Amino acid sequence: MGLGVNGPSVVVLDYGSGNLLSAQRALERAGAQVTVTADREQALAADGLLVPGVGAYAACMKGLTAVGACSLIDRRLAGGRPVMGICVGMQVLFERGVEHGVHTEGCGQWPGVVDELTADVLPHMGWNTVAAPADSVLFEGVRDERFYFVHSYAVRSWVLPAGGGAFRDPLVTWTDYGERFVSAVENGPLTATQFHPEKSGDAGARVLANWVATL
Amino acid sequence: MPPSAGKSPVSPLPVRVMPCLDVDGGRVVKGVRFADLRDAGDPVELARAYDEAGADELVFLDITASSGNREPTYEVVRRTAEQVFIPLTVGGGVRSVQDFDRLLRGGADKVAVNTAAIERPELLSEAAERFGVQCVVLSLDVRRCQGPTRTDSGFEVTTHGGRRSGGLDALAWAQRAAELGAGELLVNSMDADGTKDGFDLELLALVRVAVSVPVIISGGAGRPRDFGPAVDAGADAVLAASVFHFGDLTIGQVKSALRADGHLVR
Repeated sequence: MGLGVNGPSVVVLDYGSGNLLSAQRALERAGAQVTVTADREQALAADGLLVPGVGAYAACMKGLTAVGACSLIDRRLAGGRPVMGICVGMQVLFERGVEHGVHTEGCGQWPGVVDELTADVLPHMGWNTVAAPADSVLFEGVRDERFYFVHSYAVRSWVLPAGGGAFRDPLVTWTDYGERFVSAVENGPLTATQFHPEKSGDAGARVLANWVATL
Repeated sequence: MPPSAGKSPVSPLPVRVMPCLDVDGGRVVKGVRFADLRDAGDPVELARAYDEAGADELVFLDITASSGNREPTYEVVRRTAEQVFIPLTVGGGVRSVQDFDRLLRGGADKVAVNTAAIERPELLSEAAERFGVQCVVLSLDVRRCQGPTRTDSGFEVTTHGGRRSGGLDALAWAQRAAELGAGELLVNSMDADGTKDGFDLELLALVRVAVSVPVIISGGAGRPRDFGPAVDAGADAVLAASVFHFGDLTIGQVKSALRADGHLVR
């Protein structure tokens, strides 16, 4: 178990959202030196920033806004500094979320709307598969594995046009539950997963280690 | 909203196999013969062993008699979250939003509530609003109506380990709880519990069509072949305690049997 003494530094953004202990320890296992904080200077200075998130979109945005997370993410990305969102921490990277008819503006890094999945049983709770692009870095070394999902809302259509001139097209990973939705995005320094890698056993540990290796 | 009529109730996800550990004062109450552990009474060691054996989630039920000292439970939750990277549900004695907060911060992913939600159903909506429905589990101890008690469904909710009943209809309560904010139901059949004769499929099927949140069925597991029928009846997850702890069944045997029945497993 790596203690990450010489590993890259990661800040897990603490804005009052759920269980952060598992993310912290899973990143430490992946070789990172982890600090759980909302301190802006530390969050800017870290090699990687992890944005967690569980619960309601509006509640998460409220917490994120209180710590200035959107501009923090902007500042880091402007400098090419890695950011990873998990679960609702991924959803807030899109334009907006719609829950129970309430529209909430997100950080807007990607076009797209987060809304309710169409499925017999919600939340989507359990171990599902992913269809990752062949050149995915995040899923390197991961084959036929399942990851732990727990959410009712998701992005069902990826609307960022391909072939965006100077930009390299993002890698989009999909999962099926009642319908197809975006389960991961790799877009230069901006990475996100709808599932919880920190709760997905060895397969999740591999995904986190792949991210930490990019820092 | 119930699942649409005519559709198969079987989940497209692998059924989650969940061992449940009863914890008293930070120690496992039953369960010694499971594996070669340094300390079979340590919930964290047992949790790690179940993780390695392929458990999909873990449940800790705090049965500490006095509600006074919950520190050992918090400590066990924290140590488990630090070492075991699968979802962890913690229940037992949860009475308030503050209890939810403390357990979630301490490393639990979901919190199960039972009696306190019967006494004050708003607890479910308050917790869901603050932390999200995905971490609010309603646990119900259900049995067929006895004596003079009658409910519409024929099933009633009991408290105090089945010793008391207020005549609350189990299906009506399940539906109300899901509407208020329970994101998952843990249905304990008091009739099947301890029989090792299989899960209560009749109860399970009724709950499955009554709600659209995931359903964990508990009580009655005794043999590997008991699990497939629960999936067919609509279980999203199957929970067992002593049969796993005493080594009567392994997680691997259960999953092999499910696979042989044509069901998805992780």
